[in-house]
Amino acid sequence: MSKPILTAARRALAGAVALSALSVGAETRAEPAKQYFPLATFRVGAYASSGIPVWAGEIDYFRYVNDVEGGINGVKLVWDECETEWAVEKGVECYERVKGGKDGSPVPIFLPHGDPISKALTEKSVSDKIPIVTIAYGRTESIDGRVFPYSFPVVFSFWSEASSTINYIAEREGGKDKLKGLKIATVYHDSPYGKETQTPLAYLAKTYGFEDIQIPVPHPGNDQSAQWAKIRQIKPDYVFLRGWGVMTPVAIKTAAKTGFPVDHIIGGVWSGSEEDVRPAGAAAKGYLAVTPFPAGADFEISKKIKAEIVDKGKSDLKDPKSFGSVYYNSGLDEGIIAVEAIRTAQKKFGVGPINGEQAQWGLEHLDIDDARLKEIGAFGLEQPLKLSAKDHEGGGAGKIIQWDGEKWNIVSNGWVNSDRSLLLPLIYERAAAYAKEKGITPRADATN
Amino acid sequence: MSLAQADLAATGLSAAPDEVLRPAPTSVLPRALGAIGIAALYGLAFLPNDYWFNAILIPFLIMALAGLGLNLLTGYAGLASLGSGAFMSVGAFATYNLLLRAPALPLAASLILGGGFAAAAGVLFGLPSLRIKGFYLAAATLAAQFFLPWLFNQYGWFSNYTTSGSISAPRLVAFGRDLSHPAGRYLLTLTAVVLLTALARNIVRSQTGRNWMAIRDMETAAAVGGIPVGFNKLAAFAVSSFILGIAGALWAFAYLGTVDASSFDLNRSFTILFIIIIGGMGSIAGAFIGSAFVILLPILISHLAESAFGGAVDAGQLQNLEKILFGSLIVILLIKEPHGLTALAAKFRTRLRQWPLKV
Repeated sequence: MSKPILTAARRALAGAVALSALSVGAETRAEPAKQYFPLATFRVGAYASSGIPVWAGEIDYFRYVNDVEGGINGVKLVWDECETEWAVEKGVECYERVKGGKDGSPVPIFLPHGDPISKALTEKSVSDKIPIVTIAYGRTESIDGRVFPYSFPVVFSFWSEASSTINYIAEREGGKDKLKGLKIATVYHDSPYGKETQTPLAYLAKTYGFEDIQIPVPHPGNDQSAQWAKIRQIKPDYVFLRGWGVMTPVAIKTAAKTGFPVDHIIGGVWSGSEEDVRPAGAAAKGYLAVTPFPAGADFEISKKIKAEIVDKGKSDLKDPKSFGSVYYNSGLDEGIIAVEAIRTAQKKFGVGPINGEQAQWGLEHLDIDDARLKEIGAFGLEQPLKLSAKDHEGGGAGKIIQWDGEKWNIVSNGWVNSDRSLLLPLIYERAAAYAKEKGITPRADATN
Repeated sequence: MSLAQADLAATGLSAAPDEVLRPAPTSVLPRALGAIGIAALYGLAFLPNDYWFNAILIPFLIMALAGLGLNLLTGYAGLASLGSGAFMSVGAFATYNLLLRAPALPLAASLILGGGFAAAAGVLFGLPSLRIKGFYLAAATLAAQFFLPWLFNQYGWFSNYTTSGSISAPRLVAFGRDLSHPAGRYLLTLTAVVLLTALARNIVRSQTGRNWMAIRDMETAAAVGGIPVGFNKLAAFAVSSFILGIAGALWAFAYLGTVDASSFDLNRSFTILFIIIIGGMGSIAGAFIGSAFVILLPILISHLAESAFGGAVDAGQLQNLEKILFGSLIVILLIKEPHGLTALAAKFRTRLRQWPLKV
């Protein structure tokens, strides 16, 4: 097929998509259609300080795609914000408010930015056909897209977080056989989120022969002397710290006070940002954390965004110091995944605004390999991702970063993979139990 | 003002003083208006828009129901409680387990039994009310607020061992119809609210309700007058928690779909308390008016702000301004009328009645 015909066909297809998105009238548009992308954000409330750099990273990436790359294949992104305060009712209200789309563009993906909100949208998203993408949070068993067709816990589930941490310990100790006999204590936020890693850790402990010790910290965790006294008594080799909010800096300070070496504490994803270690001051020097969003401003894409967006005064950052922070980079990651999913969907459904059902196809066929990461400039920042109907996570690797008192440095040997082949069968079992409880017939393994 | 009332006022729990003396309306008009209102609410089920169901009507009705539950306890029986969220969680988790483990039970029976479990929890945690009152009782009910959600989080059995500790409704079927779509969930909520409101209305106008108000107004006098104070206090906890439990189950299954124990934290209890303080203590309508204020007004402000300034003002600043506006409205309202919106409405009605003669 010659090129002009192909382009014409593509245009016609894009037109058809745009038309089908319009519920009323067949208004023809002269200007190119735009892709609407709602953002559920929390700029007020208890967690605002950790959220604000995330939206900055995401919005800066969207601005970069629009202004420098001319949109996704020419389709520019438009977005508006809806405040959730991290509260579930507000999040549901936002979702309902935006789900119909805007100015003729449907909603491709909804990022709930909050674990309870994502849970409340699990079923609503299925009937509305809008993918819910949760990066490094969300219910683990929704990795099974056959049971959870519109939930995408992309990149790094809580189970992968636990497994990557254990594998890093193995890397440091000199092999998985060295795990045998180690004592690994998990100090966790006593909430459903904190308990998510109990099952995989118990299973890995059985497999590798280390001792799994679980120590809960009640919310909010601003006094942990009892927990760390217990740790002093048990003398674990490593502590895996799964905190949330104020719990992390308090844990680091208390550990230092009780004499537990900080460089043997490995924080989880939500205990591994600048906001978690700065309040702990000098005590945090040497503290480790596992993260799918390594900090740093030297990635190719960071340099480009710095030159084109930040230096030109177009950045959404309130505090320029946050550029390249863990949370800012998590926003970049989220932006990249969303844009690549839309791009993948455009390959099948034509260049134009993508709706939720098409974005689901795009996500399930998302394949960001190293070559593509280099093209984007996110090599090292983002891990290779390959998703399918059976696997809505795709990556499952994290990097270990260490705080030197000023900034985070990567100390692991590249990405530390999790034992997904060991854990996936367990996850599928749980998804099947959910399907049975809810009377869901799982979809087929593969979609075309 | 009697001594007991002064005591109540001091703890911020005073009720509209004329409630006791006001006779039950016998005229046809209020009843007709009520019937028309209910019919109109049922008519809304034909709305084509999910947003109205999922974001506005369902949360408004459920929080009004929760407010009603607390109002029976605090507004009518004069017993302060900060355990409302906990009793909601009992209802939600009990209903979930009944639906899951006793699939033969119809939905309505599961909801009622779930409410029954919440009532039992209410009686248990209401026992301190036999000895203490006011702020001290509120602090004692905090025990429920900390213990019950912890219990559901701690033991996986309650959530059927899901890794995330969350529960979701296995099925929403009543009379052979699937109620899992937005309009169905709205109808389920509305029906529960209408029935429970009728129940509450009848209870407060019965001997039990009069006993509660007598205990509220002066406990010693009530005891001297032969009212079994202890029994009535526990009955108030039971009925209040029953309603809260059903509200909790609806919150979990008709509104959100999937929740975990943290959905019923202390903030939820505070919200319910604010609903009855702003709406009006010791008034059935107060719970609905208060819920409209607390749940719907911020949404309205947010929509207005977005259409007026969306994009033009920094998103974070706009959010803070909305908060300031909502907070100021509460302060102004409570200065203007400490007895809540119902009292304000009653004043307005009286003025309207006397209008040409006295403004």
